[in-house]
Amino acid sequence: MRVQRLQDALFHQVTRFFAFSVLAILAAIIASLLYGAWPALLEFGAGFPFSADWNPVADKFGGLISVYGTLSTSVIALVVAIPVSFGIAIFLTELCPPVLRGPLGIAVELLAAVPSIIYGMWGLFVFAPLFADYVQPVLSMTLGNLPFIGTLFQGPQNGIGILSAGLILSVMVIPFIASVMRDVFEVVPGILKESAYGLGATTWEVVWNIVLPYTRVGVIGGVMLGLGRALGETMAVTFVIGNAHRISPSLYEAGNSIASTLANEFAEAASDLHVSSLIALGLILFFVTFVVLALSKILLMRLGRSEGEKT
Amino acid sequence: MSDTTALYRKRVRTNRIALMCSLLAMLIGMSFLAWIMIVLLYKGFGALSLSLFTQSTPAPGSDGGLFNAILGSLMMVGVSTFIATPIGILAGVYLSEFGRKGWLAPTTRFINDILLSAPSIVIGVFIYAVYVAQVQHFSGWAGSLALALIAIPVVVRTTENMLNLVPGSLREAASALGAPRWKVVLHVVLRSARAGVLTGILLAIARVSGETAPLLFTALNNQFTSYDLNGPMANLPVVIFQFAMSPYENWNSLAWGGAILITFGVLCLNIVVRTMFRKKI
Repeated sequence: MRVQRLQDALFHQVTRFFAFSVLAILAAIIASLLYGAWPALLEFGAGFPFSADWNPVADKFGGLISVYGTLSTSVIALVVAIPVSFGIAIFLTELCPPVLRGPLGIAVELLAAVPSIIYGMWGLFVFAPLFADYVQPVLSMTLGNLPFIGTLFQGPQNGIGILSAGLILSVMVIPFIASVMRDVFEVVPGILKESAYGLGATTWEVVWNIVLPYTRVGVIGGVMLGLGRALGETMAVTFVIGNAHRISPSLYEAGNSIASTLANEFAEAASDLHVSSLIALGLILFFVTFVVLALSKILLMRLGRSEGEKT
Repeated sequence: MSDTTALYRKRVRTNRIALMCSLLAMLIGMSFLAWIMIVLLYKGFGALSLSLFTQSTPAPGSDGGLFNAILGSLMMVGVSTFIATPIGILAGVYLSEFGRKGWLAPTTRFINDILLSAPSIVIGVFIYAVYVAQVQHFSGWAGSLALALIAIPVVVRTTENMLNLVPGSLREAASALGAPRWKVVLHVVLRSARAGVLTGILLAIARVSGETAPLLFTALNNQFTSYDLNGPMANLPVVIFQFAMSPYENWNSLAWGGAILITFGVLCLNIVVRTMFRKKI
């Protein structure tokens, strides 16, 4: 009996240790990033994320260009991805014949499983030329003439830049947002929807007035998850963003995101300060995605709790 | 029908338009998937040949294959799976079997879900800082470690979900027969969820085999065939990246060949896993 109890306690502690190791990994990541970024943060101070300098020759570094690239591409991605994902989720939960629901759901998930480098190659060699020839001129002629936002759509029409990167990111995050939305839509109690149908509501009215308000928190959680993915996406962006260290008012211009800067420069960074500044960028990226993903998780948990079951 | 009033007609029209948009959204999503597949087949099919699997990466302009890259990828994915599987399964066991009370289980669950979507390039920076910078050279071990860190959360997540599906009565029955807790978990719970846990491992393999970003500055690349995990190692994703960005035509064509290998490998794994275990993942 004593031996058994000892073995049980041992087993419990071993599994506990490995569960704890997941936390330890996170702590180690944060600690090492802070340690590595420290020299750059000391040198450039709290203004590091807001300075547009990036000059490896003069050893002057600031994060603004990369931060701008990351944020602008992610915003474009969300603007395009949210309505499309919403449509896909409605299709899968309300419209789709039950036989097709499984295969189509898997197909959407496959879109998420395609490695990001493939999106990059497709984006650079197939999407960008078509985008430059057929879409950019049209956008320039229409949206480009509008006041205020017009300048966003003027510039070199070569298919590479912030806008292309954002659009390719949107294709990549659609499956993530769509499958979370589908999952939370399925949580809505049938009796609520049936009551609305019984009152004569159309499918769209049920979705807009019953399903969406009921799952609002979860939908926002799904969007946040997509945002978290978009912020940290590396390879696809590196291929199409153009890798130029500048900020320009046009979305057609080349730029750089935090992830693409890291991918391009990290292995070749010469000075210690350069490496440290790159790690500082990594720290910013990790911090922002951490907050966004934590928020997403909290929102999804809240929906799960109000429903009385786990998500 | 008598109620064809203006309001009714407007509602029906709105409904129809909205549902059309929904269908359109689905078609857009599917057409992107189809588009990417067709491009891959069209551009990569020509590069598929026996020499792709038998020869190493060539100099610009000469013939060659991707043998060293395929080998390096297999070795690093293998090692990372080997590291991630026990850690992930045991952590998952804790969350599902001992996670009823205390702060550790909810916190771990929360952090694990965040690590699941954390930017993989930051994992690469982390391994660079704690390993590559310390030993002063790039290596296959560093690449494997980075991939393992990405695989662990996937294994933890699926293991926990799969163990939760095992009915409590099974545990109670085993306990009633006098089996100690560890035996109940290892011999009854884990065994009955075996297929599900395997799914998690396969998903983790699918996830890490396409990862490029964390390998860029951990494993780097190697032009030659190398079995030495302690030195820089060629791997499919990084070779594809370098060859696709190069101006040489034979390199580009090899990149598409590699792309087709990796994509269809990953997608086949996903399809197998997801059709086997739909609903549960």
